[in-house]
Amino acid sequence: MGGRETDVVLLDENGIRSDGRKVNETRKVTIKVGVLKNADGSAYIEFGGNKILAGVFGPRDVHPKHMSNPDTGILRVRYHMEPFSVSERKNPAPSRREIEISKVLKEALEPAVILEKFPRTAIDVYLEVLQADGGTRCAALDAASVALADAGIPMRDMVCSCAAGKAADALILDVNNEEDQAGQADMPIGYMPNLGKITLLQLDGVLTTDEFKKCIELGLEGCKQVYEIQKNALREKYFSSGDNN
Amino acid sequence: MTNLSIIDKLKRSKILDLLQEGKRIDDRALDEPRPLVIDTGVIPHANGSARARLGDTEVVSGIKVQPDKPFPDMGDKGIFICTAEILPLAHPSAETGPPQPNVIEIARVVDRGIRESGMIDLSQMVLQKDKSVIGVFADNVVTDHDGNLFDACSYAAVAAIITSKIPKWEMKDDKPVLIEDQASDTPITTIPISVTMGLMGEFIIVDPNLDEWECLDARITITTNSDGNIVALQKGGSDGFSLEQLVKCSELSIVVGKKIRDIIKQATEGSK
Repeated sequence: MGGRETDVVLLDENGIRSDGRKVNETRKVTIKVGVLKNADGSAYIEFGGNKILAGVFGPRDVHPKHMSNPDTGILRVRYHMEPFSVSERKNPAPSRREIEISKVLKEALEPAVILEKFPRTAIDVYLEVLQADGGTRCAALDAASVALADAGIPMRDMVCSCAAGKAADALILDVNNEEDQAGQADMPIGYMPNLGKITLLQLDGVLTTDEFKKCIELGLEGCKQVYEIQKNALREKYFSSGDNN
Repeated sequence: MTNLSIIDKLKRSKILDLLQEGKRIDDRALDEPRPLVIDTGVIPHANGSARARLGDTEVVSGIKVQPDKPFPDMGDKGIFICTAEILPLAHPSAETGPPQPNVIEIARVVDRGIRESGMIDLSQMVLQKDKSVIGVFADNVVTDHDGNLFDACSYAAVAAIITSKIPKWEMKDDKPVLIEDQASDTPITTIPISVTMGLMGEFIIVDPNLDEWECLDARITITTNSDGNIVALQKGGSDGFSLEQLVKCSELSIVVGKKIRDIIKQATEGSK
């Protein structure tokens, strides 16, 4: 981590973090399904202070055509941050960071989506970060999975995601922005609970091998909590007694 | 792996058949990286340089050191920037043009390993707080592509940094002025070593060559420091790892990383 100097106490003497959470507690997560009219599937997630919209189109024709594959469909993911999503205005053009995250998220979703069913087509996932508060890639991945399910795309499992890390020498679940800036490690994890596969994994910061294993295990607990919220959000739309669809 | 050509599919089944027998297509053990050869000081115009040859993958890394403005929120530290490029002569499929996502990923993974390990003590590189600092630029060019560019670029960059010298500047009228012939060694705190492993079926292979690389299910790059701690990690590819596989990869990264670190230490010793 940057190890930047800060006045914030990341962990007080009672083991409470700067935003009042315990070490093994995630921020509040709410997901709404089907929030966009034009997209084939969509979701809106609030993950702590993160506010992210996900829209899915497809399977549809591939443009440019040379990208299409006669054996399988292709998945394309664009992760993008709005200029107003962070404290200092961000240039709206895609940065190297956003290009890398787009690629990593694509590869985190690919194991879940049954693309072989749709040769010569593309499934496009657009992730728009309206407000960023640390852990946007995890929250974006959570919303993307739900939006893919909402679009009726066949999947092996949903990918759920949550970060774990280390701050003030303690392993913590769901690293927030302050902990990301001043903490010791941040490890975003994406997981398919029914298949037991970890599909997103990145780390920056220093961990011993023992901490590394514990950190993944802690992160997987957070992922499983998010998984329940994802399923409930889909139930809310498709099985509620209301008049949605 | 959804984008394999017919040739790759045939190769994949051949490689998998061999793995069932515990063999690899180039006769290596599963946990054996290709031979690594490091030459340092190959570009005298650079402040530090190295050529890394990992099997038939070759990367030249040049370090340029020059005064720059600090990052806005890091006025008390020098800056470090790492780039990568696959030159068009490196492979028939390599094209000129703006960097593609896979190349951006390589540069960022190499950058992260070096940055997060704190390899260079950037706090010693401040000329005037919040105004002027020393920047270290590590530019990696791939001249021959035979797979696993992550590690080849990382080894070249690390060796180049170890052998680099920092020229001396002094602030005069708010501008940095170069003092000739006063270069000093770059302050190095640790040697980060990345180890990239591929997952194919149930098998984990260290340092995949291009034939293997093109039909991997997934891959992971783990960077460790001299103390044997993990400092950075990146998963890629279109499949996932189980927890047990990841624990195995983390152990491999430390064992293999130690051997590679010794090679780089030995190669850079004379030129310091």
